[in-house]
Amino acid sequence: MIRALTILLLCQLVGTIIQQATGLPIPGPVFGLVLLLAGLLAMGGPGQELHATAQGLLKYLGLLFVPAGVGVVSELHVLRANALALIVAIPVSTLLGLAVTGVIMQRFMARKGLPDA
Amino acid sequence: MHSLFTLPLLHIWVYLQARPLLGLTATLCVWELSTAIDRRAGHKALSNPTVLAIVILAALLLLTHTSYQSYFNGAKYIQFLLGPATVALAVPMYANRHVIGRNFVAILVSLTAGSIVAASSAMLIAHWLGAPRAVVISLGPKSVTTPIAMGISQSLGGIPSLTAVFVMITAMFGILCYPFVFYLGRIADWRARGLASGVAMHGLGTARMLSLNQMAGAFGGLAIGLNGIVSSILLPLLVALFGL
Repeated sequence: MIRALTILLLCQLVGTIIQQATGLPIPGPVFGLVLLLAGLLAMGGPGQELHATAQGLLKYLGLLFVPAGVGVVSELHVLRANALALIVAIPVSTLLGLAVTGVIMQRFMARKGLPDA
Repeated sequence: MHSLFTLPLLHIWVYLQARPLLGLTATLCVWELSTAIDRRAGHKALSNPTVLAIVILAALLLLTHTSYQSYFNGAKYIQFLLGPATVALAVPMYANRHVIGRNFVAILVSLTAGSIVAASSAMLIAHWLGAPRAVVISLGPKSVTTPIAMGISQSLGGIPSLTAVFVMITAMFGILCYPFVFYLGRIADWRARGLASGVAMHGLGTARMLSLNQMAGAFGGLAIGLNGIVSSILLPLLVALFGL
């Protein structure tokens, strides 16, 4: 588990260094994700330990969002001040994103036939 | 309130409020409680444990007049794991590399279109309705998974914690509405349903898809990672394009 965590943190660290060095507005962990993916493709997949640690971490993804979400208490005044804009913008954009992605993908998949799983 | 009996308790409370132990332990306890409620409720959209835990903890902070800063002093240790968790998304992406490879063009086109439409409509509507720049920018990455969304928000001049709140509200709204969208849009293919859920409501939508259909779950997980990468590249361009 410690070795797997080290690999994940190393990818994040190198990713963050790349982000800082290039100044690109892409978060360090995203570079880290791409690095790890490239590494997995080159090495022929994750070892058992990395696989188990990654699955374990992702299983609790829901918990990891909690501290940021609680931040709503310090943003209540912003939500109140922009209530109208948010009440329209969030639902409309969410429905549009869901519909546009789904409908286009549905068209592509209907042309390809049934899933081969 | 200020009797001799309560003074030591008050003292301990003040002491604990300034230490990370309280915020960290409270988060884990409330998480355990929330997952228990979710199990009892039968994993309904409204009993989502992340949403429950946020609501309970936020209520606790407001009731006890605890500042978010002193809570976050402990909760930051949980938040820190979002970085390695984002990197870890490479593992399920690798596991699905063959399905991804076969459908890569379809995935990339649908995902990019949905991502652009969601981000543009959110920012433009809020801008037209008079929201200030920081709020508009914070809305841009709201369909992206939290760790990536917060990073994008920060690098574009938004408010990361506000973005995290928008991300949660978006996913909660999406989870309540997706059956109608799939029905009205005749979206029946599980690959399309999973991808759309991942693009529009990231982890919460994907977790729901995963409980309904394995293939939908795999496409949802892929959408989370890919949408994070695509949005990281596209959002700075959209912000510049709209002159925000």
